[in-house]
Amino acid sequence: MLKTFTLGGIHPPDEKLSSGSAIVPLPLPEQVKIPLSQHIGVPALPLVKKGDRVKVGQLVGEAAGFISANVHSSVSGVVVNVEAVVDTSGYARPAVVIRVEGDEWDKSIGRQETPDRYLSAFSREEILTAVQAAGIVGMGGATFPTRVKLSPPAGSHPELLIINGVECEPFLTADHRLMIEKSRELLIGTRFLMKALGVEQAVIGIENNKPDAIAKTWEAVTKHTLGIKVCPLKVKYPQGGEKQLIQAITGRRVPSGALPISVGVVVHNVGTVYAVYEAITMHKPLIERVVTVTGKSLARPGNYLCRVGTPVACLIDAAGGLPGDTGKVISGGPMMGKALASTDVVVTKGTSGVLVIPENEARRKTARDCIRCAKCVRVCPMGLEPYLLMTLGEYQQVEKLERARVMDCIECGSCNFTCPAHRPLLDMIRLDKSRVGQVIKSRK
Amino acid sequence: MNKFIVSPSPHVHGGDSIERNMYGVLVALLPALLCSILFFGWGALYVTIAAVASTMFFEYIIQKYLLKQPVTIEDGSAIITGVLLAFNLPSTIPLWLVVLGALVAIGIGKMSFGGIGNNIFNPALVGRVFLLISFPVQMTTWPVPNGFETTDAVTAPTPLLLVKQALRTQKPFAEVFSPGEGGHSLLELGTGSGVGGSLGEISAFALLLGFAYLLLKRVITWHVPVSIFLTIALFSGILHWINPAYAGPLFHLLSGGVMLGAIFMATDYVTSPMSRRGMWIYGAGIGTLTIVIRNFGAYPEGVSFAILIMNAFTPLINRYCKPKRFA
Amino acid sequence: MSNIIIYTIVSLCAIGIVSAVVLYLVARQFRVDEDPRIDQVEALLPGANCGGCGKPGCRGLAEAIVRANSLEGLSCPVGGETTMPAIAAVLGLEAGTRVPRVAVVRCGGDRERRSRVNHYDGYPSCAVEHALYRGESACPFGCLGLGDCARACTFDAIRVEEATGLPVVREEACVACNACAKACPRGIIELRDKGVKARRVFVSCVNRDRGVLARGACGAACIGCGKCAKDCSFEAIVVEDNLAYIDFRKCRLCRKCVSSCPTGAIREVNFPSRKVELSKVGIEN
Repeated sequence: MLKTFTLGGIHPPDEKLSSGSAIVPLPLPEQVKIPLSQHIGVPALPLVKKGDRVKVGQLVGEAAGFISANVHSSVSGVVVNVEAVVDTSGYARPAVVIRVEGDEWDKSIGRQETPDRYLSAFSREEILTAVQAAGIVGMGGATFPTRVKLSPPAGSHPELLIINGVECEPFLTADHRLMIEKSRELLIGTRFLMKALGVEQAVIGIENNKPDAIAKTWEAVTKHTLGIKVCPLKVKYPQGGEKQLIQAITGRRVPSGALPISVGVVVHNVGTVYAVYEAITMHKPLIERVVTVTGKSLARPGNYLCRVGTPVACLIDAAGGLPGDTGKVISGGPMMGKALASTDVVVTKGTSGVLVIPENEARRKTARDCIRCAKCVRVCPMGLEPYLLMTLGEYQQVEKLERARVMDCIECGSCNFTCPAHRPLLDMIRLDKSRVGQVIKSRK
Repeated sequence: MNKFIVSPSPHVHGGDSIERNMYGVLVALLPALLCSILFFGWGALYVTIAAVASTMFFEYIIQKYLLKQPVTIEDGSAIITGVLLAFNLPSTIPLWLVVLGALVAIGIGKMSFGGIGNNIFNPALVGRVFLLISFPVQMTTWPVPNGFETTDAVTAPTPLLLVKQALRTQKPFAEVFSPGEGGHSLLELGTGSGVGGSLGEISAFALLLGFAYLLLKRVITWHVPVSIFLTIALFSGILHWINPAYAGPLFHLLSGGVMLGAIFMATDYVTSPMSRRGMWIYGAGIGTLTIVIRNFGAYPEGVSFAILIMNAFTPLINRYCKPKRFA
Repeated sequence: MSNIIIYTIVSLCAIGIVSAVVLYLVARQFRVDEDPRIDQVEALLPGANCGGCGKPGCRGLAEAIVRANSLEGLSCPVGGETTMPAIAAVLGLEAGTRVPRVAVVRCGGDRERRSRVNHYDGYPSCAVEHALYRGESACPFGCLGLGDCARACTFDAIRVEEATGLPVVREEACVACNACAKACPRGIIELRDKGVKARRVFVSCVNRDRGVLARGACGAACIGCGKCAKDCSFEAIVVEDNLAYIDFRKCRLCRKCVSSCPTGAIREVNFPSRKVELSKVGIEN
């Protein structure tokens, strides 16, 4: 019997069209726009100005606070401007626009693993400094600065590191390919993170629809080391949610409003682990990532290693061009991704995929009255009552919303997915959350 | 360039719809309909058609001309109300009564609350209980079920009438209900063969077949029906054990409207609780009330009343029985 | 037969008496002493419980007034000219004079001048759309046209027009309760003094982007050129963050700015129509 989380969950169709396509590097675009706010927290401060020459890996934005992250140039060339550019947030925010010229890397970056140094010789401080310098953020989509996650608050005791290789979003295969092609590197990265956190155990959670990834990781784990286990999981969405994954693997439940560290667990995504590996062994900042470009109407769905700041349009071109009947372009997966208003939006550290949906599947059906079938209640992985949260939201009953635990919602979208009346439950619940959040803030 | 569509996530839907669920229920009701035609002849079909036609007609008229809202009769909920209403009537009932019942069911039971999703009581049961109270004679004239053979309508005693008889005479129920004395074997009760009663409720096995289909298609969950069955079995078992004049659990489960009520009417989305715990409480309430009415009440059958009473408690149950939170 | 009737009457009476006693006892036990002036003030209020004053119903306002023992910032927007002075008389306070105000929609980006570059397909609420992205047009400040303001209005005084996609205020119905302004996630609606003969001049735009961007997104945008501020003889216009704002307390309604604005972002309302330039500025009514 495979492990999984207990409460709620759904089974959307897998649609992993690109799971067999190896990661290929994307040709350099003509111009990149590197947003200074690719993470949760304070935007980075720009260090370059119009006309500056930059190399690959050069720092162009400096972390501006504890919860912030460095931003590096992903290409070599000339800074065209530092200006507001529309990103996945849907609004224009400051970004460094660079015209690409050649591909000249900063000298400090090694292109290969440091051979002369025993990997276990890196100290905890060295690891943390490297992660901080490389501007690494959570690459599963939440983009929380990794350095912060590696410094647990005083009084907490991390016991277990969980590596999130679940990739429960339909269509996406970036993490899947990474686990197949870079299993050894991922283990080294995991060892670094274990050392940074001071934990003796790590578990890599992988859903059972990726048997090849499980086998590869398993093989690597048994060949090498050392307190790392592989945990195959029963397929169920949203298993990649931090709280769901922790419960699936350890049985522990993170209390409402608390962080995973409160149950002694820290979770990192495989993409993040790979970035950590590169940052420490090669001195390479987070300037490129694997992005799945997919969609049933695309000619060549695939996984591309692409520089941060590359316009989504370039990725779609590489996958065979934008089909004429395209209705929606999504940054991320179909369950939690953000719909884009244009393909000029660029890839950031948190972009795990680009999904193209044809017009006839893109439109939502008309919402009808709630028939109180309770299916949303049944699928909610947090045990909430989405139908009630929506109604309370429509009447702006902020206090009742708070009591109904609206802030527990992880925005996985299972309720919307299931609702037979096609009600936009999550649209309203997100608004509820921001309203309740404001009230909670104003109380402090 | 095309204009992209932008919406908040999620961007996919599971494909479930109101129609899929409603027509799923109708498919699940087919075996019971076939059984009733087999046992009661074409009369059963006429009553069903009359009920469905009039519920759909009234819903259409009310939505279009009275409420002036978009007409949604194609969602299938009015058809279900019609079929369930018919299933709760004797097959020889005058058709004008069926039409009247449908008017009450849709007009008062459903539309006066605002249509689908807003009604407090199960519309079909509102119609049924209205007819039962207003026209007790026609509503309790049960024809002898002898299929297509034309005989004059003779009132057949329904098994449930014997419950009270056994209690009056204080004879063990098994004696009163033995096949020789006008009772039935459990097999007959289960299949509904030769048993008097409303046209849709008599064949427990056909209804259970429908239950299996509903579970398979995930239209409903098992919680409400099973909690009703368990409570009825437990409660009637205890009574039977104390005094054999009370009927036993199997008799209560297989006779009357328990199967139809528990599987198809108590599980009505709109009027049943949302959380699992709430479903258990709701089902237990229906089971208990059913046995209380059957053994101690004035009416021989209590499923309809039990469901309507618990319908009224549903908002309260929803308020106090929250689903199990993650943590 | 007569027995039954007698029993019925007697038992009903008994139930009635017992209930009355219980109710009386409960009422005494849980009696809350309230300032009697609250009732007096409430009686003077219209009793519509519209919430226009920002309090939960008329009693809420009455309680707030009595508790504060002042009319500072508390007034009934619906009651007309006599209500507040009457309340002031009861409480022995002074009623401040109230300048009549009206809600003003500061966006001129109708469907023609501000083209829609994508299609929104989520929950039909401006707040939801605003939280998601900048909207169907390229203007991140402009009206989203989904009518949160209209839904917030208890007086049916603001409505989104199908043709333009913009809300229009019915001035005679607006009581300046501020509900629509609070509901608008983009802060487009502002309460302004109604003005002499309801005449007003205002900048119908809240776009703070640089002129090029603003102009690119919308033909009716304020580009922050500052021409109006230069032309104004009363120093009523300030340009800040690429956006002009006309202070209605200083504006003398000379309308120089209206004709000098190159994009037509400054609007005049309720002036007698001018013979020329009518089409250019697009006057309402």
